[in-house]
Amino acid sequence: MHAKALRSVVPALLVAALVLAPERATAEDFIIVQSTTSTQNSGLYDHLLPQFREKTGIEVRVVAVGTGQAIKNAQNCDGDVLLVHAKAAEERFVAEGYGVSRSDVMYNDFVLVGPAADDAAIAGGKDVTAALAKIEAAAAPFASRGDDSGTHKKELALWTAAGIDPLGASGTWYRETGSGMGATLNIAVGMGAYAMTDRATWIAFGNKAGHRILVEGDERLFNQYGIILVNPERCANVKAEQGQRFIDWILSDEGQSAIADYRRDGKQLFFPNARIS
Amino acid sequence: MQDFGAAFVEAFALIVNFDAQLAEIIGLSLRVTLSAVVIACVIGLPLGALLAVTRFPGRGLVVAVISGLMGLPPVVVGLGVYLLLSSAGPLGVLQLLYTPTAMIIAQAILVTPIVAALTRQVIDDLHIEYDELLRSLGSSRMETVATLLWDARYSLLTAALAGLGRAFAEVGAVMIVGGNINHVTRVMTTAIALETSKGALALALGLGIILVCLSVLINAGLMGLRRTAERMAYA
Repeated sequence: MHAKALRSVVPALLVAALVLAPERATAEDFIIVQSTTSTQNSGLYDHLLPQFREKTGIEVRVVAVGTGQAIKNAQNCDGDVLLVHAKAAEERFVAEGYGVSRSDVMYNDFVLVGPAADDAAIAGGKDVTAALAKIEAAAAPFASRGDDSGTHKKELALWTAAGIDPLGASGTWYRETGSGMGATLNIAVGMGAYAMTDRATWIAFGNKAGHRILVEGDERLFNQYGIILVNPERCANVKAEQGQRFIDWILSDEGQSAIADYRRDGKQLFFPNARIS
Repeated sequence: MQDFGAAFVEAFALIVNFDAQLAEIIGLSLRVTLSAVVIACVIGLPLGALLAVTRFPGRGLVVAVISGLMGLPPVVVGLGVYLLLSSAGPLGVLQLLYTPTAMIIAQAILVTPIVAALTRQVIDDLHIEYDELLRSLGSSRMETVATLLWDARYSLLTAALAGLGRAFAEVGAVMIVGGNINHVTRVMTTAIALETSKGALALALGLGIILVCLSVLINAGLMGLRRTAERMAYA
């Protein structure tokens, strides 16, 4: 009986060894970029990264999470480059020695989207804080990211600017989804709620249903993206040379025009504004 | 709700146009899941059988804990494995985070309690039947475990399939430790989550339909193998 058992165990182990065989490390270099859901969901990386790889042979692996989580991951040395959109948090990241230096890469803007019914009557407005005040006054449902992402930080700052503390209403008209941008938009569409989103994610978003942009154009809705090399002096595993090459490329004329060239439905999603010093 | 119709159209189109990207994602899903289940069986089968045939103080507690761990939340396992494998974590030097290996580790942790708990149940029942016989043969504990595992092999396939189902459908853990990196750690479930967050609901559901079909195919295939093997064994 045991010889028989052995005869079937041996091939099973062989199969197991085959399945488990560790992946051969690719000959090419790769770096890990900790970034945001908005840049990935809009398809920007699918447009940029093949161009960079063709030029340098370096593969860029993007981990797309909220800005808060991306910064946390980078603080744990789990990435070579950070590309996010929460300037104050990015500057703190550099000041505390986690990153080498920060450069502006590109911008776009945030917009308020909502259902066609528009109970709070904010459509067509330009003043974002006035619109938020109307939403509060109407107690109209508002879907917030609630996940410490760059978009969430921006939204909270705008509520503060409007003199409103929405967290007191959390669970009633103010709903914290605790999810990424796309998931939050799905929820907003599902419950007929207002939401704040970056324009790139909105344009690329496929489940708009009756929702549309209601408020845009306020200069306070500006959305700046920055790029930072994770500090190799703190994190020995950081591939500083390859990471810096990616940063240099994205800030170069070539990288910047690649960003400007990216379009969805004929619309430009990101506007390069690197200031090379 | 035109999405349901559109989803089936998407699923059909995906299968017809079966492209390299889809093949890659399905391939990685299978590799990660099957590897995790193999590891879980290597640990869980002997562990479950040993628990069934031994008696020691605190055994009831161990059995309860292992059964309880069948309900481990994938996100918690993902977070735990992330903290272990993170460059700032104790196993950071291995540089395994954001690799398929990290995903296999997380899923093996999820699946092992399922295999162990179900194995214990199956072997427990069989042990009662075999106890006197094995005693009279003077079998050692290891021989007893091996005999019971071998004779229960067809029933134990169900334990492995339960684990396989859990791993195949799981998204929370592999998302955190794999990072859903295109061409590197993107599997069926994380691709579905990504397409959902892009609002491409029909495509996401289409991928979901393919995932379910694959799962049914694998189960049917293994069940068929089992039936053939049983027929040959008892013919």
